[in-house]
Amino acid sequence: MDFFTFLIQTLNSVQYGLLLFLVAAGLTLIFGIMGVINLAHGSFYMIGAYLAYGLAPIVTGMFGGGFITTMLFGLVVSILLGYFLEWAFYSYLYQRDHLQQVLMTYGLILVFEEVRSILVGDDVHGVQMPDWLSGSIQLNDVMTYPTYRVFISGMCLLLAVGMYIVLTRTKLGMMIRAGSVNREMTQSLGINIQFLYRVVFASGVAIAAFAGMVAAPVSSVYPGMGQGILIICFVVVVIGGIGSIKGAFVAALLIGFVDTFGKVFLPQIAGVLVYILMAVILLWKPSGLFKAGS
Amino acid sequence: MKKYPVIFLGCLLLSFAAIPLFGGDYGIDWMTKTIIFGIFALSLELLVGRTGLVCFGQAAFFGIGAYATVIFSTDVAQPLVAFLLPISVLLAALYALFVGALSLRTKGVYFIMVTLAFAQMAYYVIHDTPIGGGTDGIYLYVKPNLPGNISLNSSLNFYLFTVFILFSVLGLLGLITRSRFGRALLGIKLNEQRMKATGYNTYFYKLAAFVISGAIAGLAGFLFAVKDGYVNPELLSWHQSGAVLIMIILGGLGHLRGALIGAFAYNLLEEFFRSEAIFGVFTKHWHLGLGIAIILCVALLPKGLIGLPSLWQNKLVGKTAETPDDNDQVSSSGSGH
Amino acid sequence: MKLIKVSLLATNIILALSLGAAQAQNAPKLKVGMMLPYSGTFASLGNAIDNGFQLYVKEQGGKIGGREITYVRVDDESEPSKATDNINKLIKRDNVDVVIGTVHSGVAMAMAKVAKESGTLLIIPNAGADIITGPMCAKNIFRSSFSNSQPGYAMGEVAAKKGLKNAMTITWKYAAGDESVKGFKESFEKGGGKVTKELNLPFPNVEFQALLTEIAAAKPDVVYSFFAGAGAVKFVKDYAAAGLNKTIPLYGAGFLTDGTLDAQGDSAKGMLTSLHYADGLNTKRDNAFRLAYAKEFKLQPDVYAVQGYDAAQMLAIGLNATAGDVSKKDDFAKAVTAATIDSPRGPFKLSKAHNPIQDFYLREVQGKENKSIGIASKALADPGRGCNM
Repeated sequence: MDFFTFLIQTLNSVQYGLLLFLVAAGLTLIFGIMGVINLAHGSFYMIGAYLAYGLAPIVTGMFGGGFITTMLFGLVVSILLGYFLEWAFYSYLYQRDHLQQVLMTYGLILVFEEVRSILVGDDVHGVQMPDWLSGSIQLNDVMTYPTYRVFISGMCLLLAVGMYIVLTRTKLGMMIRAGSVNREMTQSLGINIQFLYRVVFASGVAIAAFAGMVAAPVSSVYPGMGQGILIICFVVVVIGGIGSIKGAFVAALLIGFVDTFGKVFLPQIAGVLVYILMAVILLWKPSGLFKAGS
Repeated sequence: MKKYPVIFLGCLLLSFAAIPLFGGDYGIDWMTKTIIFGIFALSLELLVGRTGLVCFGQAAFFGIGAYATVIFSTDVAQPLVAFLLPISVLLAALYALFVGALSLRTKGVYFIMVTLAFAQMAYYVIHDTPIGGGTDGIYLYVKPNLPGNISLNSSLNFYLFTVFILFSVLGLLGLITRSRFGRALLGIKLNEQRMKATGYNTYFYKLAAFVISGAIAGLAGFLFAVKDGYVNPELLSWHQSGAVLIMIILGGLGHLRGALIGAFAYNLLEEFFRSEAIFGVFTKHWHLGLGIAIILCVALLPKGLIGLPSLWQNKLVGKTAETPDDNDQVSSSGSGH
Repeated sequence: MKLIKVSLLATNIILALSLGAAQAQNAPKLKVGMMLPYSGTFASLGNAIDNGFQLYVKEQGGKIGGREITYVRVDDESEPSKATDNINKLIKRDNVDVVIGTVHSGVAMAMAKVAKESGTLLIIPNAGADIITGPMCAKNIFRSSFSNSQPGYAMGEVAAKKGLKNAMTITWKYAAGDESVKGFKESFEKGGGKVTKELNLPFPNVEFQALLTEIAAAKPDVVYSFFAGAGAVKFVKDYAAAGLNKTIPLYGAGFLTDGTLDAQGDSAKGMLTSLHYADGLNTKRDNAFRLAYAKEFKLQPDVYAVQGYDAAQMLAIGLNATAGDVSKKDDFAKAVTAATIDSPRGPFKLSKAHNPIQDFYLREVQGKENKSIGIASKALADPGRGCNM
């Protein structure tokens, strides 16, 4: 494999891994802090993509904004949606055991998919890439790399850094980390756990939706797009360690590389590789790579 | 408490007899399918309800049983149940042994995920490699014969055969739950530390339950393959594992009859939401109804459908000292996560 | 506990009775069971087929073979594991006289098995699995669409005629993809070319980046691909985003660009594909069809609508010959195989294995249309290997 091919595959791995990280980060936070297994998390990714598709004409028509404006709008909508969902539905799940959470969020997936079908229909849609991002970077005489994919990686990295700063340098972040390590203790220290939960949940939804929005121009917008990413994200969370953002980051990149290079070198078992990886890691470290709260 | 199983069995027998008399061809078909899923659900009940091990990969054993049946009957002029049934059960059990031996080293939600991972592995092997014939599945061209050259081609014959298998499985599981082995499993679910302290090798008990459960799931897979004559990798998908989990929770954990009730209820719900007569244009969106029904069921009936009578009793008579049902809590998430 | 048992038993008996009751009806209306994907990724294809079928029936005044049509619809969700159940529902519970479906080959395979065993009339308006008009062929099973290898075969001829020497193929690893590529390989290598590498990824995976990089590194003369629906949209866009569309021409089965041009935008410009239907055919038959379809459904028709329309035509031809009697299978089959079906795609006949023998058009993407620029392969028949009817 020559250098440029290797470079491109590495860029692909990083981009895929970072996207996974965004969705998985929300999942691991919700899981780690609130103890809720949310099977419907993939649906938030889908909602983000559909927001990108649906909001674009409104934003362009009414406000004359462009791509970035649409994404900001989408972020606001998803935060509000997350806030509402936590209040209306998820807050009832905290007291229930994992099995019940699995079931109820599974039911929620069905509801989300059908509501989407009723509201927007079942067609496949494209989202226009902004012109200033639709070029390619020339690597050598034949191979180029799409600028937009670099943009995706960049945005995801930005968000990751933002999360890191919030979690390690702010009071809110401290409370979140404390909550993920020991919920009862945090509560007994007088911290308004309900508000914390709502914030965490809304953030988780917003981050996943953002991932969907930013990926929409390359992945298209279609029914069932949430399911595929959901199961891989669970693998990321479990490998990384539940409740650990650092773990989710490492695991997501790991999976990005294993999956991408696996498809090139071992295409027949490429699908299984990720699961073999998970099984091996869990048997070596039964609680994942990192502890909660890191 | 003891009289319930007898009443239940009696009702079961009656309804099984009623279907061929009144249900016609479609009724027999529907009942056969439901019973097969009932057997599938029973296998999971042993693991989840009895031993407290939440397995999210039961579909793998189901699918392996189904695929083994089809693969071992290609190019055979007249396949035999006497050969196909044992081999599909055996292969499913072997994979369960492999998966169990490795997964039982993890706990709680990690256990759930590892079982899912192993199921996905089996799924991808069937889906992507030449072993399984790829994503479009393979045909079972000739249905196997029972010993004594009894053909399974007629749906009535197959229906009776399936009912027979169901009762055998119920009998087997009934024996297991009442045996010392079964009570040990219950002890492990309620407090594994204590069981270990009294000298039980809990790992081997759990592994044994895992293998038996996998074998029964494989048996259900065999029946499924023979019924449809067509198998497809989606039989091993996590959706299938999820569906059977929903069935036993819907019915009520901790009781064998819960698994059967759940399988019936789930299939009935599906029929209900998909009937054009009731929903007309909205039938297209029947998933919505199913999703809401699942959410409501779990929210309002935490003990599953089996818990309904005691729930009504409480509402009518007021909260009395509830007769402690010895199979109550699900401590699957025991140590938190 | 007792209450539960009794109510369960009661439900069972009620169910049994209602299921049995459904058996009793046998009205003179013709019950058509439409088993199509009305949800999920193939929903738009299912709807187009349904529309096409309905249009023909409407043009005939709601009657075929002298019998009024009523529909029973089942959403197959493109799920092969539920397929047998779904078609059993149609045949045994709803007692349909004929089944029309479906899009996904895996689902169609299950349907063909049940139809073959029960003898129910089945007309397939899309799924191209070779096996259905191969070992699974039957007197009562017909196809109004194509078989998977046909579009590929036609494209291979085109590529060979252009003097292209080496090619790479890329598709999903499932029957439709495999058979399409096989068709391409057969005619391309017969015409002097060579397929250097066959790339595939599991269905319905859409992470193409790794494979696109391989193509860029290997620099073949041409790439032949088969994808459909959302996957087709993404692939063409990814291909263009990787800059490959400027250096290595992308050929495909028509599904790559059918019904997807809106979402693909500029990335599909100039692509060559082959299919048994195209835009701008400009025949009297096609223009009338397109006008009627647009008026009725406020949409432009595509190949799926034509296939649905022709399925209805085939049903009509057969039923007219048997005076509306679906049980006269021999007469039905004889009439349909002898007839030339006057389709908007152009007239075609059925092969012995009941698959269309038809012209394949060479199409070029111009703006939002797949414009026909010639014939890729004339009167292409599908070999129907393994069919002994």
